Amino acid sequence: MHNVKKMDYPIAVLYASRNLWSGFLFGLGLIAFIDEVVFHQLLHWHHFYDKATTNIGLVSDGFFHAFSWFATIGSLFLVADLRRRSAWYVKRWSGGVLTGAGLFQLYDGTIQHKLWKLHQIRYDVDILPYDVVWNVTAFCMLLAGLLLITRTRPKRIKEDE
Amino acid sequence: MHHSLSIVAQQLLLIPFVLACLMYITGVIFSARRQRSWSIFRTCSWTAGCILAGLAVAGPLASLAHHSFFHHMLGHLLLGMLAPLLMVLGAPLTLLLRALPVHSARRVSRLLRCRLFSLLTDPVFATVLNIGGLWVLYTTELYGAMHQNLPLHVFIHLHVFIAGYLFTASMVYIDPTPHRTDYRYRASILLAALAGHATLAKYLYGNPPDYVSTSEAEAGSMLMYYGGDFIDAVLIFLVCLHWFQAARPRSRQASHPIYQ
Repeated sequence: MHNVKKMDYPIAVLYASRNLWSGFLFGLGLIAFIDEVVFHQLLHWHHFYDKATTNIGLVSDGFFHAFSWFATIGSLFLVADLRRRSAWYVKRWSGGVLTGAGLFQLYDGTIQHKLWKLHQIRYDVDILPYDVVWNVTAFCMLLAGLLLITRTRPKRIKEDE
Repeated sequence: MHHSLSIVAQQLLLIPFVLACLMYITGVIFSARRQRSWSIFRTCSWTAGCILAGLAVAGPLASLAHHSFFHHMLGHLLLGMLAPLLMVLGAPLTLLLRALPVHSARRVSRLLRCRLFSLLTDPVFATVLNIGGLWVLYTTELYGAMHQNLPLHVFIHLHVFIAGYLFTASMVYIDPTPHRTDYRYRASILLAALAGHATLAKYLYGNPPDYVSTSEAEAGSMLMYYGGDFIDAVLIFLVCLHWFQAARPRSRQASHPIYQ
């Protein structure tokens, strides 16, 4: 693995933001992919379209669907680029992944599900516990991600040396 | 559409793709005569594209598409997305420039540099033509009228193919493209195009076009949404791959300025 070791920290500093963005995009794509595979295709909890969907909900879904597809593929090319430069800083990258995943799940669980009524998590059940688990999970991922990102700030890496 | 009319439409639409295939193979032969062999991969890709487009406009699938929205959508994926992608990968302009004598090839390359050509290969223009055309087709009476009117039927099918080809060619540069746009611009337009496609697919689920039943609209809509995803993934992959190759670090010093 071409992970960054302590002596290579200047590289990690140089590519700090590319590591962060690549992770962020991958996290966003990954969580959208899990949402599609697990909740739409395997469990059949989410509906493709429910009659309550607003038009803005459709556009939002279209953009996020396209964006997550692009983000998954593009971010992996960014990882490949970081690796060939020996600048892949996994800890910071993972912070990006958790932030992207948490942010998208929170957006999906609040705005897309509730405000624009794209679809609910599950039908014919008491939805409240599902919504709570969904959004609390999202919030925890987001917090963990932000913590990792602040702990791998370029400034802090320089101070460690 | 009347049965005999439908046969006429199928034959009319088949002609350009048969010609395209024959002309390409002639080009390959001419190129080989100049002792410059042409890639087998590109030849196969172009031929497969022509065959898939042909299957979409003529034969059993085209006949089914008259009655079933699901099959219509399958034909649309082949004609407007997969066939154009395979044919762009066939690099027909590069082959043309190779097969022609030098002075004719120069004339062609001068033609490629003209303003009209830069408009045709502009991502925004191609996206409006492609995705805008689809919105017009499926959300107005055009879809119903297409099945009644022969010239309209032929025009719309050619439009779907040509718009799909221009769109693909404006995103991935396989052939010589004098007016290139940068990766960020192309990526953002591609993103908007994919979003427009996905939104239309979901919209059709709840709002079927004229003369299409709810269950058929649902099946066709899901095919458009997920089928489109697979072909789009290849397009995204190619755009990213070209960026990856172009962004290659030139030397160790260039990639690690900190070590200088």
